[in-house]
Amino acid sequence: MALINVNPTRMEMTRLKKRLATSIRGHKLLKDKRDDLMKKFLDLVRKNKELREQVEKEISDIYGGFVVASAVMSPQMLEEALMLPKQSIDLEVGERNVMSVTVPSFEFIASENSDSDIYSYGFVSTSGELDDSVAAVKNVLPHLLELAQIEKSAQMIAEEIERTRRRVNALEYVQIPDLQETIKYIKMKLDENERGNLARLMKIKDMMVEQAMEAKRQNSTNTYSS
Amino acid sequence: MRKKIAVVGDKGSVLGFKSVGFEVFMATTQQEIQDVMHTLCKGDYGIIFITEQAYVQIPEIIDEYKESPTPAIIPIPGKDGSLGIGIKNVKKNVERAVGADILFNED
Repeated sequence: MALINVNPTRMEMTRLKKRLATSIRGHKLLKDKRDDLMKKFLDLVRKNKELREQVEKEISDIYGGFVVASAVMSPQMLEEALMLPKQSIDLEVGERNVMSVTVPSFEFIASENSDSDIYSYGFVSTSGELDDSVAAVKNVLPHLLELAQIEKSAQMIAEEIERTRRRVNALEYVQIPDLQETIKYIKMKLDENERGNLARLMKIKDMMVEQAMEAKRQNSTNTYSS
Repeated sequence: MRKKIAVVGDKGSVLGFKSVGFEVFMATTQQEIQDVMHTLCKGDYGIIFITEQAYVQIPEIIDEYKESPTPAIIPIPGKDGSLGIGIKNVKKNVERAVGADILFNED
């Protein structure tokens, strides 16, 4: 682990300790966030998978229906029949907040006259297969919308989980050990200084005592000689 | 917020969706799809359903709108059958989030 480049002072150590406390707190929170997101995501993605399989099957069936319809009718006729839809659809887009991820919620508002009347063509020149296909498309509509909502949400949550996990790991394996090590380094350095200081003081004291003794001895020899 | 729903793809695939009131855009070549998608993404569309055949041709645009809530660009199978891209995306999401594939183990 790399040390953070700081001055080994007491003030710096206090600052780092504060940062370490914040990092640990953040790490815990982010971890909780990640776990909760994961729980939500797994529910969502399971539904996503089921729904997608279902919708894909339904859509394939619809294509089959249209193929039959276009085989019975001429392509021009088919196109003409579908050219002017009776129904128009608006989408009400809302927002939902899932653990601070903003995911869309869709609701569709169909402006149609009545439920049964979705056929935008006369029945003279069209075939019954077309009716079936159009009805099938109408039936698959709610599923399609749900799929859109769930898939988008799952995608966004997956992205958020990835980001959160990276943050958690960065804190856990880089930031927090770095801080801990730096704090330890500063503590060692300060202790070392303290010991150095103590040793120096003792040494000085010894020297002073020696000097005093020397002076005393000199003094006494002086008195004897005189 | 009121938005619209668009369907993009080749003519045979998307024609049917017109009957329920989706806005249908026909595009087959890469250039066409790109142009259409650029206009749609800037426009007032909440969901863009796009055939898988077209979906694979415009990865840059898909990536660009991955982060924003709308438009949701959702692949649907085209008339020539599913390429498995939709389900592969779901799988990719799981792998990104969980780190391992835990949903599709059975196959």
